[in-house]
Amino acid sequence: MTGIAIDSVSMVFTLPGGGEVHALNNVSLDIKEGELVSVLGPSGCGKTTLLNIVAGFLAPTSGEVRLNHHTVTGPGSERGMVFQQGALFEWLTVEQNVAFGPNMAGKPKAETQEKVQHLLDTVGLSDFGEKPVYQLSGGMQQRVALARCLANDPDVILMDEPLGALDALTREKMQGLVLQLWKETGKTIILITHSVEEALFLGEKLIVMAPRPGRIERVYELPFADLGMSKSPREIKAGADFVEKREEILSMIWEMEEEIMGQATG
Amino acid sequence: MTDKKQPSEAAIWLGLADNTFTRQKTVKFGDASAVNSGRFYSILIVCGLIALWVLSSRLGLVKEFYWPTIGSTFDRIGLLVTEGFRNVSLWEHIGISVYRVISGVVYGAIVGIPLGFAMGLSSTARGFFDPIVEFMRPIPPLALIPLIILWFGIDETAKIFLLFLASLFIMTIAARSGVSSVRISKVHAAYSLGASKMQILRHVILPNALPEIFTGLRTSMGVCWGTVVAAELVAADKGIGSMIMIAKNFLQTDTVVIGIIIIGVIGYAIEIFMRFLERWLIPWKGKG
Repeated sequence: MTGIAIDSVSMVFTLPGGGEVHALNNVSLDIKEGELVSVLGPSGCGKTTLLNIVAGFLAPTSGEVRLNHHTVTGPGSERGMVFQQGALFEWLTVEQNVAFGPNMAGKPKAETQEKVQHLLDTVGLSDFGEKPVYQLSGGMQQRVALARCLANDPDVILMDEPLGALDALTREKMQGLVLQLWKETGKTIILITHSVEEALFLGEKLIVMAPRPGRIERVYELPFADLGMSKSPREIKAGADFVEKREEILSMIWEMEEEIMGQATG
Repeated sequence: MTDKKQPSEAAIWLGLADNTFTRQKTVKFGDASAVNSGRFYSILIVCGLIALWVLSSRLGLVKEFYWPTIGSTFDRIGLLVTEGFRNVSLWEHIGISVYRVISGVVYGAIVGIPLGFAMGLSSTARGFFDPIVEFMRPIPPLALIPLIILWFGIDETAKIFLLFLASLFIMTIAARSGVSSVRISKVHAAYSLGASKMQILRHVILPNALPEIFTGLRTSMGVCWGTVVAAELVAADKGIGSMIMIAKNFLQTDTVVIGIIIIGVIGYAIEIFMRFLERWLIPWKGKG
């Protein structure tokens, strides 16, 4: 099967003073090509660790991740990343940031220039190409980060709370953009988020993770991402089905948090 | 409610009245943004000091041996500009000092920046050089003068080598900390965009370290300027420091005072110039 296979991945961090943290315990997950999977869970459930293993920045203690049948051993340009913030190169302009990947690969300038212009149009920043990135607002910076990632035409996009630092209104607008880019490009996307609403709205599949040790608690198959292109976001988010799922997952995560608190004090 | 009388522009500029921003504040003590330039008092103190100098010169209150009169100081400036000091023109004295500083800083940067990069990127290099750098860092360059005179004599090499040492460790530490300050998400982003190790060094780590390297250059310039004057006081026949020292031996207090003023002005000018360069070359500083 093409896509991502996460096969019995465990991750144990050894602490400098001795002692171990079981960040992930025997996590398995198959992600089909072109799927948008959102991952949700309380802090400490290992969701960022999982993403870093898929990205190739961490080697799992046991198990492996395969992308199109090839075992992941390190980072690679077929897996693009979008970080929360501060991962843009502030010494470059918007255009230069977007062109970074193609330039590193030594692609012809004219071709890159055309591609960059097209991507800036897509994310709504065509007038900002010459600007230094630090002059842009937080939401615009994340648009640049998305465009920079797409410029490399990766198979998979890994998003580590890409909208986490944005204000509520900008965030909602950006969710629409992510959805639109996913539909247009057909990329496989893994999205880590703290927001239940965002995970429900964007994910075709929603993975709820639980902490201590980090594991997959539940997997939901969701219809909302497909609806997202035809109906308005507010309409979807106010629907009875959506609200019911949201409350269900929220209370599940609440219980996990309570349990952690109980362990900590008890 | 009646409008309060608006203070004049001049009063605001002089810092005697609150501007429109600070006027809205109800509490000002403890709020640093409510403290204005106080320009009026700056002007007052400068004019006052000059007036005091003029007055003491006119009345002959202080012996010329301790502090020159204003008239003789201006005469001496004229003499220094037209005839120079001890057969060397004033510009040459200033020029040689500035030349020594720039040479020292440039050599220090050429060796120190790669050294700092190596120390920030490789455990071997860090282990190898850390004891030397940490040992040399707290030693004031002036304490090395006797040893350097023994090794190199008192010629130009000795002075430039001293300044090289003064800037070397500042530059090394600045470059090392610039390298370590790179945010890991930037490096990860670059790897995910397909960059090689060399490309990450050239396109991520280097530009990321530039602001700290530049701060290092500024500090080196300042330290080297102080060191060159001191080194010239000990052993030199040219340079602004030696001019002061020789003038002292001839009891030319006016030349000593002029020398001190020149040192201050040039030190200030270097700082302003470096800040200008920084704004021009590294506009992204602090924006990451």
